[in-house]
Amino acid sequence: MSLKKTPQDQDTAASKSGFSRRLFMQGVGAGAGAAGVLTSTAEAATGDTQPVGPDPVKISLRINGQAKQVEVEPRVTLLDACRNSLNLTGAKKVCDRGTCGACTMIVDGEPVYSCSMLAIEAEGRDIQTVEGISSSDEKMHAVQHAFVNNDAQQCGFCTPGLVMAAKALLDHNPRPTRAEVEKGLSGNICRCGTYVGVRQAVLDAASRGGRRGD
Amino acid sequence: MAINYDWPSQSETKILGKRFNRLDGPWKVRGTAEYAYDRNLDGMLVARLVTCPHAHAKITAIDIEPAKRVKGFRAAEIINPVGTELQWTHQEVLAIAADTEEAARDCANAVRVSYEVLPHWMGDEDVKKAGEHNRVQPAEDKEDGDVVKGFEEAEVTHEGYYGLAMITHCCLEPHGQVVDWKDNGEIWVYASTQAVSRISADLAKSLTEDDRFKDVKANQIRCITPVMGGGFGSKFNIDTWGVACAKLSKVTGKPVKLMLDRREELAVAGSRPSDFGHIKVGAKKDGTLTAFEAETWSTGGVAGRGAPPLPYIFQDIPNRKTRHLNVSTNTGPARAWRAPNHPQAAALTMTALTDLAAKLDMDPFDLFKKNLGFTPRAEVYSAEMDKAAELFGWKQKFHKPGDGKGHIKRGVGMSIHTWAGRPHDSTCRVSIEPDGSVTAALASQDLGVGCRTAIAAVLAETVGLPLDVVKVEIGDSVLPPSSASGGSTTIGGVSASTRRAATHALRKLAEVVAPDLGVAADDIAVGDGKVFAASDPSKSLSWKDACRKLGTKTIAEMGAQPARDQGKLNDSGVGGVQMAEVSVDTETGIVKVEKMVAVQDVGYVVALEQAESQVYGALIQGIAWALFEERVYDQMTGAYLNADMEFYKLSGIGDIGELVVHMVQGPYDDRGVIGLGEPPAISPGAALSNAVQNALGVRVPTMPMTADRVLAAIEKGGLS
Repeated sequence: MSLKKTPQDQDTAASKSGFSRRLFMQGVGAGAGAAGVLTSTAEAATGDTQPVGPDPVKISLRINGQAKQVEVEPRVTLLDACRNSLNLTGAKKVCDRGTCGACTMIVDGEPVYSCSMLAIEAEGRDIQTVEGISSSDEKMHAVQHAFVNNDAQQCGFCTPGLVMAAKALLDHNPRPTRAEVEKGLSGNICRCGTYVGVRQAVLDAASRGGRRGD
Repeated sequence: MAINYDWPSQSETKILGKRFNRLDGPWKVRGTAEYAYDRNLDGMLVARLVTCPHAHAKITAIDIEPAKRVKGFRAAEIINPVGTELQWTHQEVLAIAADTEEAARDCANAVRVSYEVLPHWMGDEDVKKAGEHNRVQPAEDKEDGDVVKGFEEAEVTHEGYYGLAMITHCCLEPHGQVVDWKDNGEIWVYASTQAVSRISADLAKSLTEDDRFKDVKANQIRCITPVMGGGFGSKFNIDTWGVACAKLSKVTGKPVKLMLDRREELAVAGSRPSDFGHIKVGAKKDGTLTAFEAETWSTGGVAGRGAPPLPYIFQDIPNRKTRHLNVSTNTGPARAWRAPNHPQAAALTMTALTDLAAKLDMDPFDLFKKNLGFTPRAEVYSAEMDKAAELFGWKQKFHKPGDGKGHIKRGVGMSIHTWAGRPHDSTCRVSIEPDGSVTAALASQDLGVGCRTAIAAVLAETVGLPLDVVKVEIGDSVLPPSSASGGSTTIGGVSASTRRAATHALRKLAEVVAPDLGVAADDIAVGDGKVFAASDPSKSLSWKDACRKLGTKTIAEMGAQPARDQGKLNDSGVGGVQMAEVSVDTETGIVKVEKMVAVQDVGYVVALEQAESQVYGALIQGIAWALFEERVYDQMTGAYLNADMEFYKLSGIGDIGELVVHMVQGPYDDRGVIGLGEPPAISPGAALSNAVQNALGVRVPTMPMTADRVLAAIEKGGLS
């Protein structure tokens, strides 16, 4: 190399002020700083809020129709609470910042990026994960059947998120057009490239199209 | 039964070459498939990396003390010690384990690392500038024939500049693993890997380089990977973070999970080299090619990478001269990415030939056809081009470049490709139990391509049972070894080892059953769940009754690839043709895919639907790197600007248009099984670039063809 070296001592973490952009951004990226605000629906209605944290707090989450007690720091996302504390690992952690949809759950009937919702925010809400929409390989949800029948999964890491996004779409719009399917699933990224099967599977589940390859 | 390994004709098969669901589909759609990332073991700790924020720096100090004061801290392992010169952004410094994911993040943030920042270089496209900074090294010079004479003979010559940016693998399951170093010395590694059989030796070797672990043996280590979330060529090794994870497990006495975060995954876990170059081609007026010359350059990170094979496919153009230069950049190093070097070679060759066709006033389809004699498999390409043209409507859709009206212009383009796809080494054990259950066991892996399902298909067809009653055990290194999945080598290997093992197991069953049926073992055949005499099918037993004759004995027989004198079950070398239709908005510069057609031969198709899925996937990945995908670095700071999934853009479901896949079945079945992962991943970029050229009448020289690049090309080309 012909360039001269320019020695320069730099810290990766906190600067002398105790603040660093990296720490700040990570806090924001995770959805919150050290402290959080615990807000139930009723409290929100009255404007009554109660600061909690940074230590773990006990919360109750209604997941797949069951009340689950969990103790998490307020900064913990719904995704991490499910994966790390409740061993519900169907939803996947991929981008961890609300872009790829691999963590999609259905909260109060709406598809939600669970990496971008705090666990404490989800208290009092109705949370549905991919584990909750079928009881066995034989008794799958229509969307899941259609995914399998249309070979709509390869590595499968995006699949649970796509299944939940597709279910939410069909819950709202049972007979979507192809364009509506593409719009409804536009928030889910697949790397292997399974979209042809996925698109057909959702139309198939809505009884709008035959199986892929027919 | 007489031993016959050969593949049955697909006119007679029940399963092979047909459509069926993949076996692990239900696990994946239900969220029950257990990936490395999903393992939650009792008492498990979580580890995170501390990485270098600079593109090039020497570590001058590492202070872990502040991390030790963080609640939940357990241990840290240095990966690159003080004094190490780090050569790319987010290169690993150390790994740190704590009780929870949150605590591990806090610990990593608390570590203080000091660096002497060194000069970096990020740019790969401007080779002149890179040269001024001593970042260019000659890599390869080749000359065949007489290029000067070749261009003298040419009546029409085209010279153009082409290229494509560096991209990354962006596996959705990041690289990483859970390591459980047990008290009894066993080390279980739940790894997201393409190489189940290789991890034990790889990890043992790395551990023994550290005096604390010098006595570790490979046979202590077991790799468990029933499913994995994507590799694409980037997950062959245990990697520094896997070694650190194992050490942390030993030191803490707990299982440890260490998965890369998204930024790390995009920065350090693999890239596909860029390629840029000036290409010159010459031809007679009738289109016969007379000469090819290329000066190309690329980066695969700090170290070099091989030259792309130019001219691609048309390798026997009479006079050829190629020169390749390596540009050294401080970017995360290259790893194999589906069909290493071929997508680049196609993007440099098929584009230049298409532009030459425009100059000749020829349809590129006709130019390609005219010159198929310069390719290694003219007849294959010719037939596949005709099939693709028929499915695509090429002759109806092709028009002179830039000939459309209005501001949204349509265009079509094509490309052809090849790949070897020879079989890798594989061993398989097929067992038949007295209750009739049948299992194939081998330490292979399913990257999502349908490997597990294909093995089941071979097994079920061979023993004459339905697909859903046979069992396949893969993804565990205690099973008979099978090689890593790379270079489209898996299907040829595992299908052959499974076929042979199943044939051997059946022969053992035949020897037991034959006396009961009063025939010779050579006369025994199977099919439709029955074991019968081929000479007199009325002499038969159900599969279950036949297996009951085993008494208490289980049959377990091995099969291997390679194996001499055990049938011709596989081959290498395929062809493929892809066509693309796009519409380009000349006001916004946005390119939209309307339709793509892929015609692909792979010899004997094992699992038709999963094969098609792999080709669909290759097209969709190709759309991403042709239109959206690139690593963006800032020369000033050395920062990797889009190491996330918001700005490192992949295709969405609305970006793919209509995709048509045609697997060639029949004509090449007697060649046996050939690999499929790479070939369809080669042509999409070239075909799409050519389609944009046909739409606009000007070339967008480099991919991804983002709106800014499209608009710049339009402005330069004088199109309005």
